Amino acid sequence: MRNFKFSLTLLPLALTATAQAQISGAGATFPELLYNNWAKEYKASGGAAVNYQGIGSGGGIKAITAKTVDFGASDSPMNAEERQGAPKILHLPMCAGAVAVAYNAPGVPNGLKLTGAVIADIFLHKITAWNDPRIGGLNPGIKLPANRIVTISRSDSSGTTAIFTNYLAKVSPAFKAGIGEGKSVNWTKGGLAGKGSPGVAAFIKQTPGAIGYVELAFADKNAITYAHVQNAKKNFSSPTLASTSAAAAGVKLPADFCAMATNTSDPNGYPITGFTWILVYPDAKPEVKKFLRWCLTTGQKSAAKSDYAPLPVGVQSRVLDALKKIGG
Amino acid sequence: MALTLTTGKSRPGDKIYLAVLSFSALVLFVLIVGIATTLAWQSRLSLQATGFKFVTLSVWDDAAGIYGIWPFLFGTLYSSLIALLLAVPISLGAAIFLAELCPKWLRTPITFLIELLAAIPSVVYGLWGIFVLTPFLRDKLMTPLAGKNIPLFSGAGYGPSMLTAGVILAIMILPFITAVSRDILQAIPKAQREASYGLGGTKWETISKVVLPYSRSGIIGAVMLGLGRAFGETMAVTMVIGNQPAQTDSGISLNLFEPGYTMSSALANKFNEAQPGLSTSALIEIGLVLFLVAVLINTLARILVRYTGKSVNK
Repeated sequence: MRNFKFSLTLLPLALTATAQAQISGAGATFPELLYNNWAKEYKASGGAAVNYQGIGSGGGIKAITAKTVDFGASDSPMNAEERQGAPKILHLPMCAGAVAVAYNAPGVPNGLKLTGAVIADIFLHKITAWNDPRIGGLNPGIKLPANRIVTISRSDSSGTTAIFTNYLAKVSPAFKAGIGEGKSVNWTKGGLAGKGSPGVAAFIKQTPGAIGYVELAFADKNAITYAHVQNAKKNFSSPTLASTSAAAAGVKLPADFCAMATNTSDPNGYPITGFTWILVYPDAKPEVKKFLRWCLTTGQKSAAKSDYAPLPVGVQSRVLDALKKIGG
Repeated sequence: MALTLTTGKSRPGDKIYLAVLSFSALVLFVLIVGIATTLAWQSRLSLQATGFKFVTLSVWDDAAGIYGIWPFLFGTLYSSLIALLLAVPISLGAAIFLAELCPKWLRTPITFLIELLAAIPSVVYGLWGIFVLTPFLRDKLMTPLAGKNIPLFSGAGYGPSMLTAGVILAIMILPFITAVSRDILQAIPKAQREASYGLGGTKWETISKVVLPYSRSGIIGAVMLGLGRAFGETMAVTMVIGNQPAQTDSGISLNLFEPGYTMSSALANKFNEAQPGLSTSALIEIGLVLFLVAVLINTLARILVRYTGKSVNK
């Protein structure tokens, strides 16, 4: 009886929700939490209902190319082949995110200092034990265990892998030649691979000696220790929202905003940082434009609450300018 | 019931019944042919580009456009074989116990528990695999045996491995093989057993010489059902197998502690973000190979059933 009443009260709610669902989006899983929070706040402030589905960057690109959604989302810019199918599409950065180099080295506290070259050689399996002098040299005073290093990569194609390998390819010619960069790369044999950020996080937590890469929010949520990485200005930087935004500010963005934000020149920036983009056609509905303007203004202030770094002010105003291209 | 027993004169009800049944059978046939055709058509790009090398190459490199699934194919077969070796003796033992030896009051609770195993979603098995089974196998088996070079029981020993996947799969297929085998054993006519007892046969002789041979083809069918599930299982295996080919040139290793990769976990991992074109086509070809392997194994099982069936009738 109670259930019956309950479903009766829900019915009109469900009806109005479908009637108002005006904007649909799909794509990357990395900003899913942020976009869903934005959708909630936007609706509460009297805006249209937004429905975002985190189906993966590749799926988002396919969906917006076929125009089955109002906007797509991706953690890496569309490649030349993909752009042919979607001419005139706009890439609008929405926020920045850091990829943490997370590890499970018995007895080693949070904040082990690592350089890009050392991380690259670990993933190339040239450095195979935690007490390797190249790690010890960067961390005097920390007693490193003799455990072997177990590298954990992503088994699925992912924007996180794209950001991580893009950075390593920039700082290590050997990595660029041996593994290369992309959403899915051919890792050197050895180590393990987990599906999705939860899979990688679980393997790191469960395997003594493991090192892997996950989005900062995941490392924080799972209480995994992560490294401070040396940036291009030779400072060791901890991944935080502030150092992520700083990194984004230190990157020269071209007119179409399609650049990776890795290896920043900002002295305080965290080097393994990336943008996440919303993909939208210039002939998008006015409601979409209104929502995106809200995301780039009011939404930026609440991004930090969801553990995402807001865009640097300079980038924010440029993206707002680009938004004018929508609807002519 | 009585209706079917009456004269050969056909009634409208019979015609409708026949039509409905034929339609159902046809739907199954069309589905199978449809799936096979779609898979073959969608993977034509990859079939043309890679040809037969698709199943012999050990490298899957999206960036270079090289697609070989030998480690995935091997992983599917090997992890399923481990699962069968572990699950079949236990399932058969449990089925015989339930059908022949179990006291009545115990039968219902045990049957209920076994069927409960089948109702657990595979992602739950996967989580249990990551957080309980993997550390257990690593600390109690892989670490103590590390460096001892025992054949099969060696390898990287990170925890996630062929063995872990095989054990998880064994637990998952156990209820299927048990439940079906038990039903088959119970369906054996009482007269068969009574004849054996009448000739002075013991319980053991009745079970091993009468009950089991009589139900052999059905039990092989039950095992095949389990094998089919092991082949197709995706989520739990993806979570515990390590998703990395073994550290050999061919990407495969018989060592149980070595991580591996299966066809279905490769699909689960790579499909979401696949680029249109050759990459997607190659993934669909994995589906085609999985389909063909399943057909092949089923055919072999049929032949086996026919062969063993004959030997019983002698």
